[in-house]
Amino acid sequence: MPLVEVSRLVKQFTRGAGLFQSGTTVTAVDDVSFAIDEGETFGLVGESGSGKTTTGRCMLRLVEPTSGEVKFRGENVLGFARARMRQARRDMQIVFQDPYSSLNPRMRARQIVEEPLIIHKIGSRAERRARVAELFELVGLNAAHLERYPHQFSGGQRQRIGLARALALNPSFLILDEPVSALDVSIQAQVINLLMDLQQQLKLTYLFIAHDLRLVEHICSRVAVMYLGKIVEMAPTASLFAAPQHAYTRALLSAIPIPDPDAPRQRIVLDPATVNRGASLREISAGHFAAV
Amino acid sequence: MNPEPLLRVDQLTTVFDTARGPVPAVDAVSFEIRAGETLGLVGESGSGKSVTALSIMRLVQPPGRIASGRVMFKGRDLLTLNERDMQRVRGAEISLIFQEPMTALNPVFRVGDQIGETLLVHGRATRRDARAKSIELLRSVRIPNPESRVADYPHQLSGGMRQRVMIAIALACQPSLVIADEPTTALDVTIQAEILDLLREMKSALGLSLLLITHDLGVIAETADRVAVMYAGRVVETGPVRAIFRNPAHPYTRGLLASMPGGRPGQRLRAIEGSVPLLGELPPGCAFTPRCPDRFEPCATAPPPDYAVGIGQEAKCYLHDPAASRGESAGGGRPATVGSRQQPERDAAR
Repeated sequence: MPLVEVSRLVKQFTRGAGLFQSGTTVTAVDDVSFAIDEGETFGLVGESGSGKTTTGRCMLRLVEPTSGEVKFRGENVLGFARARMRQARRDMQIVFQDPYSSLNPRMRARQIVEEPLIIHKIGSRAERRARVAELFELVGLNAAHLERYPHQFSGGQRQRIGLARALALNPSFLILDEPVSALDVSIQAQVINLLMDLQQQLKLTYLFIAHDLRLVEHICSRVAVMYLGKIVEMAPTASLFAAPQHAYTRALLSAIPIPDPDAPRQRIVLDPATVNRGASLREISAGHFAAV
Repeated sequence: MNPEPLLRVDQLTTVFDTARGPVPAVDAVSFEIRAGETLGLVGESGSGKSVTALSIMRLVQPPGRIASGRVMFKGRDLLTLNERDMQRVRGAEISLIFQEPMTALNPVFRVGDQIGETLLVHGRATRRDARAKSIELLRSVRIPNPESRVADYPHQLSGGMRQRVMIAIALACQPSLVIADEPTTALDVTIQAEILDLLREMKSALGLSLLLITHDLGVIAETADRVAVMYAGRVVETGPVRAIFRNPAHPYTRGLLASMPGGRPGQRLRAIEGSVPLLGELPPGCAFTPRCPDRFEPCATAPPPDYAVGIGQEAKCYLHDPAASRGESAGGGRPATVGSRQQPERDAAR
């Protein structure tokens, strides 16, 4: 049984609705299904507006989906009442993209990491302190900096604080929403290494939401490509990069700048008119699905 | 014979005045751009690459100021021009494309008026033909239906279209140098590819030179002829793009290239340890010393000069000091500083 199973997830937003007008409906997530196995890193890629971030938020019900199912260890979390959902969130956490805006600037690093423990009424004061110090060490932060404020840390260190907070409740599943895209190249690699180490050490399962395909290729075991709210292709990473099937995936892969001046370049430009938006996913080869 | 380059930045130093004294954001930076060439200026945040661009355009705002150096453009030192002459250079001879087209464009004016304004200011159009010329420019940057788009406001355009408008404005007066500061960073990868293609085409069609500022080594590899790598306000390595990627000479350049994903999936990445030092808290010698895997005795003593490491390639690193090979360098193997600050300090308060 997969750890996480998303089935027929739909999220619609209504725009411009007011007292006298009904507004227009935008389908941000359009019938999305995928499953993530325990211990796996599953990549969700796509460009801005493709619905990848909304999909992640729907899974934790930070945004309420319009319809569909999100099963975690076999239970549909969308049916959970408030208290039960809160309980479930201990096991499913999210790390946000921007370490500059996702940490409360008025709280000290220690308080930021401790807060989830307080909310879930875990441990005594002394036990929580000990846990925060342990988490600091786990993510490679200096315990001498516990009382600092977020602005006193660099971007990479701030992302480590966000990670320590997400790990405070010992989750088994982490949604990483563009966790390194706000960081400098030399720091990105440090955080990616940390994520890979933590996954091994703590037996974590990741949903890695990203637009950087080079990174996705490096750390994900399987990848789903989103385009206009739908998954258009899903495959083991090596298979997807070696033999992309969908026209959008091909265009996306061909657009990645290659850090080699002598690399052959063949740009494939997508003609949106040629994409059959009604096509549903079918299995092309073992585990490789494409909407073609 | 070596013709004079189009732009020669010579020992440029731009400081920010802080409570603790002036902090150099750009520290004795030198490089040149030849006619028709694309120079990629690569560096991480805080490396000084954007301040370098603003300094060339003389758009540094207080508390920042240009402290010394020369910016030779077509035989004139831009730093000595009066403001009126400098305004004739900006937009007409050198133009600037910013990262965020949404913030660089004025939200309350139609895009056609914003292109027209540039033309009018520099006397390249009259009120009568500004609109027609604006449409022509929109067409040249391949915006579909330019006749109707000319009346759009920036918010009606997608990010990629806005960046095309920015490029149209930048090219309106047929400049000989375009400075593009992270022109594709805010864009999706497929749109980025289109914008880079457009910049390349415009560059060869109009024969202009391009200073492309980016943190993305992939973009550099695809676009630049030569590369200058900045770290902590200094250019630590320059060279032809192939040399930089094949034979990086500075440990920072090597570290940047090695830290990129690639290699065997799932393997640990070769990260550069530590973090970028804060300006104003730079170590006394080479600013990369604390993070450098190859550091040795002289590194912490004084900033290294440029050493030639290949044809047209130079690195500010003692590893390449011919007078002191590594290991026997404890003594004063350091050369008299080559290319040091011979420029007289110039007061920025012009």
